[in-house]
Amino acid sequence: MKFPKAKPASPATRALEVVPPSGPTAWLTTFTAGAMTFLCVFALALSLASGRLATRWSEALAKTATIRLSAPVEQVQIQTDAILATLATTPGIASYRLIDDAETKKLLEPWFGPGLPIEALPIPRLIEVVEADPPYDAEGLKQRLTAEAPGAVLDDHTRWRRPLAEAASRIRLLGVLSIALIGATMAAMITLAARAALATNAEVIRVLRLVGAKDSYIARAFVRRFTLRTLTGAAVGAAAGLVGVAALPAADAAGGFLTGLGFSGTGWLWPFALPPLAAIVAFLATRRAAFQKLKELT
Amino acid sequence: MISFENVAYSYGGGELLSDVSLKLAPGSFHFLTGPSGAGKSTFLKLAYAELLPSSGRVTLFDNDVTKLSRDDVARTRRRIGIVHQDCKFLDHMTLAANMALPFTVSDRESDAQDMDDLLSWVGLKHLADALPPQMSGGERQRAALARAVIVDPDVILADEPTGNVDWEMSLRILTLLVELNKMGKTILVATHDLNLIRQAKAQIQARVLRIAKHRVQLAGADL
Repeated sequence: MKFPKAKPASPATRALEVVPPSGPTAWLTTFTAGAMTFLCVFALALSLASGRLATRWSEALAKTATIRLSAPVEQVQIQTDAILATLATTPGIASYRLIDDAETKKLLEPWFGPGLPIEALPIPRLIEVVEADPPYDAEGLKQRLTAEAPGAVLDDHTRWRRPLAEAASRIRLLGVLSIALIGATMAAMITLAARAALATNAEVIRVLRLVGAKDSYIARAFVRRFTLRTLTGAAVGAAAGLVGVAALPAADAAGGFLTGLGFSGTGWLWPFALPPLAAIVAFLATRRAAFQKLKELT
Repeated sequence: MISFENVAYSYGGGELLSDVSLKLAPGSFHFLTGPSGAGKSTFLKLAYAELLPSSGRVTLFDNDVTKLSRDDVARTRRRIGIVHQDCKFLDHMTLAANMALPFTVSDRESDAQDMDDLLSWVGLKHLADALPPQMSGGERQRAALARAVIVDPDVILADEPTGNVDWEMSLRILTLLVELNKMGKTILVATHDLNLIRQAKAQIQARVLRIAKHRVQLAGADL
């Protein structure tokens, strides 16, 4: 009689086989990894989007400033000329442009509707200033304007820019924090699952130690199993998350300065890094749990 | 091979074994006897580093057990075949896979011919694909013995190897142990079965260690 082959070829597969299959609870690890990675994709999208938002707003607002002139009707033209003359002699200004009545009307149209009798309203004059590199000295310009045209106010957008940029970077921080928390939670859950599996298999581990198995061999069986489960779950979770993000409506159509929650360019590569990262987390968590648990047994 | 120097083992508060000094010489055959709870299993566990002595020195293959790392313990156990009363198999793996386990865990291949011979020797060839829970007590004991010797260990430690089997099977297991001893293995069998010891003494030069009053003494020839 030919003796049946006792074991399959690869030692790694054999290491997996010495631990009995864990039954219906096995998919819980996969599920957890999947759910966590799914959430992580959104946290990642949030961080990247807010980062982009901060940059976009800062850039758009940083380069330009507006001079607003509110003056009595008979003074408007005189002061406008004074402002333009001042700007012409100020270093650090790339260009400036008086926004005429037609353009002002267009700017106001979304708020007041068409057919606004702009001539009848005390609408301030607007002058757009684009800064050069190096930029002009804002404080100096303000003082000169006050002297030349008392009704002029320089708005360099800093008061808009700073809170927007701050908000965006806070959101990014929250996103990063969420990713860290999700990672830590996943590590904790996998540690708990691994410890439970190790406790359930204490008798198996005792037998393996009895026949001369090293800790690393026993740990390998558990570590491989949990790492593979996590990798599978995380891959499914990341794929689902990507589909979810891709299905979000594009915000660019709605407004130029808003940015959509999603990925752009190389940002799309980040979610693909999540499953390997989750697997590394699972590997380290299980390995740590296994060696801790094994120390309790002789 | 295995030596004890003034070894004591205590747990809780009571001392179970004290002042134990002895040497198991290569190729010797020892029985260890004594009433239940006297410390037979504890003595064996000290001999394969499952337990560490509370005081004194246990030396396995010239190494002080207290100085062995966990991996050293694993390596040492590959040179010691251990047969337990309750056998300790992996119930989800076939008998053949269980027997190959000492090879599997050290990432070595077992020779199919050796395995075949070993199964025939213990009379379990027909059960190679059976799962351990499907086997009888005697079959399990013989399988445990086969697993203990598969890596060709220098020492075999057996804890009540005939505890769960009838007399006929006990004799069969004894015969296997005697054969191993004749092949040069050092054997230590813990048992409370005096008939088994008498039977062995008829076949082989066996010494009897008796645990009494926490001490391990060499028993006289009279038994």
